[in-house]
Amino acid sequence: MSKATLRTFIAYVEDLPGVLNRVTSLFRRRNYNIVSLTVGRTERPGVSRMTVVLEADEDNARRIEANLYKLVNVLFVEDTTTTATMVRELALVKVRADPSNRGEVMRLCDVFRARVVDVGPEALVAEITGAGDKIDGLVDVLRPFGILEMVRTGAVAMVRSSEVTESGIPRSSTPPSATTPPTSPTTPPGVIKAA
Amino acid sequence: MSQDGKRTGAEILWDVLHREGVDIVFGYPGGAIMPAYDAMLASKVKHVLVRHEQGAAHMADGYARASGRVGVCVATSGPGATNLVTGIATAMLDSIPMVCVTGQVASQFIGSDAFQETDITGVTLPITKHNYLVTRVEDIAPMLRQAFYVARSGRPGPVLVDITKDAQQASAPFVWDDSPVRLPGYRPEHGIRPEDVKTAAEMIDAAERPILFCGHGIIASGASQLLREFVEKTGIPVASTLLGLGGFPATHPLNLGMMGMHGEAWVNQAIQEADLIIALGMRFDDRVTGKLATYAKHAKKIHCELDPAEINKNVRVDLPIVGDVAETLGALLPAVARRDRRLWVQAITGMKGDSAVRDIQTMPHSGRLFAAHVMHDLWRITEGKALVVTDVGQHQMWEAQYYKHDFPRKLITSGGLGTMGFALPAAIGAKFACPQEEVWVIVGDGGFQMTAAELSTCAQEGLKVNVAVINNGYLGMVRQWQQFFYGGRYAATPLRSPDFVKLAEAHGLLGLRVTEREQIADAVAKARAYKETVVIDFRVEQEDSVYPMVAAGADLHDMIRRPSPIVETAADE
Ligand SMILES: Cc1ncc(C[n+]2csc(CCOP(=O)(O)OP(=O)(O)O)c2C)c(N)n1
Ligand SMILES: [Mg+2]
Repeated sequence: MSKATLRTFIAYVEDLPGVLNRVTSLFRRRNYNIVSLTVGRTERPGVSRMTVVLEADEDNARRIEANLYKLVNVLFVEDTTTTATMVRELALVKVRADPSNRGEVMRLCDVFRARVVDVGPEALVAEITGAGDKIDGLVDVLRPFGILEMVRTGAVAMVRSSEVTESGIPRSSTPPSATTPPTSPTTPPGVIKAA
Repeated sequence: MSQDGKRTGAEILWDVLHREGVDIVFGYPGGAIMPAYDAMLASKVKHVLVRHEQGAAHMADGYARASGRVGVCVATSGPGATNLVTGIATAMLDSIPMVCVTGQVASQFIGSDAFQETDITGVTLPITKHNYLVTRVEDIAPMLRQAFYVARSGRPGPVLVDITKDAQQASAPFVWDDSPVRLPGYRPEHGIRPEDVKTAAEMIDAAERPILFCGHGIIASGASQLLREFVEKTGIPVASTLLGLGGFPATHPLNLGMMGMHGEAWVNQAIQEADLIIALGMRFDDRVTGKLATYAKHAKKIHCELDPAEINKNVRVDLPIVGDVAETLGALLPAVARRDRRLWVQAITGMKGDSAVRDIQTMPHSGRLFAAHVMHDLWRITEGKALVVTDVGQHQMWEAQYYKHDFPRKLITSGGLGTMGFALPAAIGAKFACPQEEVWVIVGDGGFQMTAAELSTCAQEGLKVNVAVINNGYLGMVRQWQQFFYGGRYAATPLRSPDFVKLAEAHGLLGLRVTEREQIADAVAKARAYKETVVIDFRVEQEDSVYPMVAAGADLHDMIRRPSPIVETAADE
């Protein structure tokens, strides 16, 4: 078995009631641990997009993909782990900062390109966008001041524009309302030959 | 149809079922499905009233397994729907095409914990291939059509359609749309790749000690004849999974028999020594592999399977071929070389040693009755041609060992879920699917009592099945594990049963009892001659065990053998 690493999947799903539940239920049932999951609308009506980050080795990753495809409402799945991908997450961090150390806290935020979006007498709120490790970095340096509250959105991912032809939903197979027949990919989804 | 050309949802339901080719449904009425039942009276579809909804699901399942068509069951909301759950899970694990229609409380009450409200789409989410909650009459026809399409296409499975009472009652124009169902995200078919076929053929030609695995997929895809041609061309012997039995003729010289936990010892040993495994439509279940770390270490593995999610799940394979097994075999057949592999087959025969002989003739000839006697004699008397439906336990394994199935769809059993109580209702479904077949139920005293109420369904329908109760006074398979692995402490396995002969008679059916081997033939003859359902109470040896056995998690070649000496005899051939 190869080593488990953090992997990022993008899944396009039909925007119907219960679909999110089907996807999360699949991960629970198959005993895959989700690190983060985000879901939102796409540029196409009727299609939602999920970004799922989880830990898996290569074999598991292929099976996750194959299992996702078995869900009738899943349109397209992409494991972006080995593609050039931008991953972003947003966090709001409420940190203790009084007049005596506010300047220091704000300087640290600056270093991480976090924006201070709210300031009170005892605390301030920093907003940061970036890859997960950048956010972790900010959180680490702010922790000694006292983090009062934090919220993170979880990762969203997009394959870089240089790879535009290989990513996104294949134009022929969606959207759900379209009359195009279901495609039969010559390469079955989720299968790789053993090395 | 009403004057304005509109139809109620309930009428549309039956119309769609009829158009989907459904001739029979198994069900039980109740409040939330009453509009559908009322409309049923005007429908051509036959309805069989079951005694418990679990029975309805197993009947639909048995109907599907016997016929290859989609089985249909119907239940009301709440307890009716939840009673289906075991049957749905059974069908899911064995990939059986089935559509379950349930009534649901009216849409305005959903989420309010209304009387008999259960979130059955939520409950069945992980045990259905897909499911639907239908709240609008306009959606009934399209969603039902999708349900049938999803259930039968690709790797088959159960689909549940939950229809609210108001959707059944409301009216809408109904136009039958028979264009192909289109689901943008659903890709059931996978084209096999020519380069994979070529690689596989090279691997097969180069193999000195290859084995073919015949799984359920051979039967599901109708590939039995192709498999036979493939075997006869390549000279490669065949081992079967429990659900693959009958996919390749048991009496064929190149048939090895069943593999796995209660498989033949030499079959498991041959697997451990093979240099190539060609797995056809099977999923390397833990009951088949034993300990994974030591499983078939010397063998390269080609895995031909329709479901990509099964690839590299339990066993890492060298070459996956994802696609319909019949199609794969069809492509492989002309690509492989004709070869003689007599040496390898002889080597396997050599492994048989003293384990080869089925121990029927060596059992104490005290006149006492062993379950193996029953299976063996039944096989002989019915000339191996009966459609046998087994329950779960020791008797299931004995049937698999002693009743030699030469034809596909002649053994129906719950493999993946191992559901006790499955056999009688599944046999009822199978008999409705194939009325001309001689149907035998092989069931334990434990499992029989789980769904014996369906005898009443047999009586009401005038349906004939033959029920062989293998009555050992124990939950035998569990007792065997207690004997082997729990120091012989029989916790909750001794079982007292009612008089099964009287039970049959109470239903107006025929009951017979057999206590000695000499009585088997006579009782079986009486049962076969009787027009209605017959129950035979076979009082067998109480503490007999199924041999050989691979303990759960043990190496496949490390089998527990029958302790008594076994002498060579050809008498059971
Ligand atoms: C519904 C259900 N409950 C429990 C079990 C566990 N189980 C497996 S075999 C078995 C004993 C079956 O006893 P019986 O029906 O008498 O058959 P025998 O093994 O004696 O032939 C039990 C309890 C099961 N498979 N299914
Ligand atoms: Mg028993």
